[in-house]
Amino acid sequence: MRDTLHRFFRAARGAGVRISPAESIDAMRAAAEVGLADRAILRDALLLTMAKSGEEKAALAVCFDTFFTHPDFDAPSAANDDDETGEGASESGTEAAAGTASAQDSTELGPLAQMLLAQDRAAIAAALSNASNAAGLADIRVFTQRGLFASRVLEQLGIAQLRDDIDALTTRNPADAERLATALGSLRETVSEMVAQALLLYGREEKEALRNEILRNAPMARLEQRQIAQMRVLIRQMARRLRERFSKPRKRQRRGHLDVRRTIRRNAAWGGVPFMTAWKRRHRDKPKIVAICDVSGSVAQVSDFFLLLIHSLHEVVSDVRSFAFSGNLIEVSEVLEKNKPEEAMKQIMSSVGYGSSDYGRSFVDFEKGFMSAITAQTTVIVLGDARSNNLDPRADILRRIGERSKRLVWLNPEGRMGWGFGDSEMPRYATFCNVVRQCATAQQLERAVADIVATYQ
Amino acid sequence: MAENSSSASIEAVERSLASAGYIASRQIATAVYLAEKIEKPILVEGPAGVGKTELAKAIAASRGLEMIRMQCYEGLDEAKALYEWKYAKQLLYTQILKDKLGEVLGGADTLAKALEQLHDFGDVFFSKEFVEPRPLLRALEQPMGCVLLIDEIDKSDAEFESLLLEILSDFQVTIPELGTVVAIVPPTVILTSNGERDLGDALKRRCLHLHIGFPEPKLEERIVETRVPGVSATLRKQLVGFVNQVRTLDLKKLPSVSETIDWAKVLVLLGASELGHEMVKDTLNVLLKYEGDIEATLPQVSGFVAKSGRQGVFG
Repeated sequence: MRDTLHRFFRAARGAGVRISPAESIDAMRAAAEVGLADRAILRDALLLTMAKSGEEKAALAVCFDTFFTHPDFDAPSAANDDDETGEGASESGTEAAAGTASAQDSTELGPLAQMLLAQDRAAIAAALSNASNAAGLADIRVFTQRGLFASRVLEQLGIAQLRDDIDALTTRNPADAERLATALGSLRETVSEMVAQALLLYGREEKEALRNEILRNAPMARLEQRQIAQMRVLIRQMARRLRERFSKPRKRQRRGHLDVRRTIRRNAAWGGVPFMTAWKRRHRDKPKIVAICDVSGSVAQVSDFFLLLIHSLHEVVSDVRSFAFSGNLIEVSEVLEKNKPEEAMKQIMSSVGYGSSDYGRSFVDFEKGFMSAITAQTTVIVLGDARSNNLDPRADILRRIGERSKRLVWLNPEGRMGWGFGDSEMPRYATFCNVVRQCATAQQLERAVADIVATYQ
Repeated sequence: MAENSSSASIEAVERSLASAGYIASRQIATAVYLAEKIEKPILVEGPAGVGKTELAKAIAASRGLEMIRMQCYEGLDEAKALYEWKYAKQLLYTQILKDKLGEVLGGADTLAKALEQLHDFGDVFFSKEFVEPRPLLRALEQPMGCVLLIDEIDKSDAEFESLLLEILSDFQVTIPELGTVVAIVPPTVILTSNGERDLGDALKRRCLHLHIGFPEPKLEERIVETRVPGVSATLRKQLVGFVNQVRTLDLKKLPSVSETIDWAKVLVLLGASELGHEMVKDTLNVLLKYEGDIEATLPQVSGFVAKSGRQGVFG
């Protein structure tokens, strides 16, 4: 039982559930307490002790079901064998009798061959699970290892001996040899299915980690459709990380600065003798962010992810106002708050998206309509490639924005090499910005946002 | 053998909770059973009004123990949760004992001696007599054990979580002046959270994690049955069916079990024997707490009533 649970813990880790040693001890104790007889209760008990959030519970439930259907899974292969020889048996009972007789006279056969001939389902299942343990099946990580592990398991089962037995039998007892050969075929199938399932159980972690690592460093502007959905998941994880890092309480005591007024009031009951001291507190501001995003064709995808990230930071950021522009500029905060991200982006795109960008006009729009959104506590983030199609860039407005705000950050999805070449106005804009960063990959995006939030801490 | 007894005792937990008026799903019962067996706190999460707090009350009632409740809020600290010195009492005693002070120090002829005697004396003021136990300390001091409910832990600050860790894992607290206070009988600890912020891993690791969602219609009917005995079987089925359909809508605040119970009570007061469109429209404000939600639901009422009526006939 302990081994089984240990393997289950590994499978669960593969499914993305973080299990510490302490939790595995708890799970062991719980399992010992409720026993293994009732699978539903065991499932509940393990879910209670191991999973610590809704998502983890769902993942673990799936993992549990896959993992513990394992013993049943061996049965169909044996049942297959049963069917094949079952027919033979129903045709003539004598053949079956002959089979047992031949099994008796061929005691020199290997144990595997004997098991297969005797149709000993339980023994085969046991041998399979022993072999998979011995072959270290739980170490499987990537799909290219499937063949390797399958052959290791078969080796452990004693396939070499079985082959010899078949060779030996072909001359002496062709019927049995035939049966063994078909049994060997279905045994191979079973093993390869078993390996595939093990990969599903244990290999997921590595696969996901690898994929996420690639995705984090891929340019966001050129993702395939199928990667976009994965990227959204990744962005949500990033948002969660940032939230956990920065959503600490916003009050910090300034040790050493006595708050005289509060101290006197608090100690009034003791005639003003200061038994209890009160210290001054410093309030930390939550960031106020104004995001101005280019949603013209070239940067739309990056803006999409950026807006998704900023708007999933509720606990960290108190006030976000977002604006989107290509030819002209509109406020999109409400659309983003009220709709699911996919729909919101669709709406935004249909109203201002995919045009050719006109930074000058968009800045004019902003100054006319929304300049009051910027206060001395606001960080303004402009996300765009600063390619204004040779129109007037109106850098003067950007200067005024910079002056009004606490900080002005420009995130550019283009590489630094391209800045200033062609119609890029980046160098002119850059003079008025506090920070200019490249922001092409998810990793750069996370760092940029983390830095912005950190300046408020 | 052990397995049989475990499933039997889980059923027993279920029954005893039911006797306290709490209809538990098997998962909840398993959690309560395990919490007792492996002495772990239960962290209960789930939407508001599904009976998280109620569970603690029911456990206390079913075991005949006292329930000590600690409501968490932002700014809750050690002095309000754990213990505090009775400053006023200390002050008063020093005033009264002033005269005695002369006698105590009378024998000492050197300053060093006087100081020594004063040291022994000083410890008196930081003794158990002058500790004001707050909920957490009180829970440890109960001679019979108790149920400690730490309600809405997500509302407290992250620092407060760290304060809880010692209590949750070892059932003890350390008071610098007194030493460590260990629980006489480990209390059953229930923590509830509405998921307003993510709790720390250290806290989660020390707890069994129980998520209570909206119950299955069958279970909810049983809950309504125990909580509002006056409801007829048809009405019960219909109103639970109706509420379940409302939960499929995109609402700001989905109606939970407590709202279902309130609504059932209202319908009983109005003397309803089955759901009618008009009555539902008039009493929808019991079920839904936002104007926007009510507006979103109103056009659907007729359809929902008809559907839940059908379920009542055929189900």
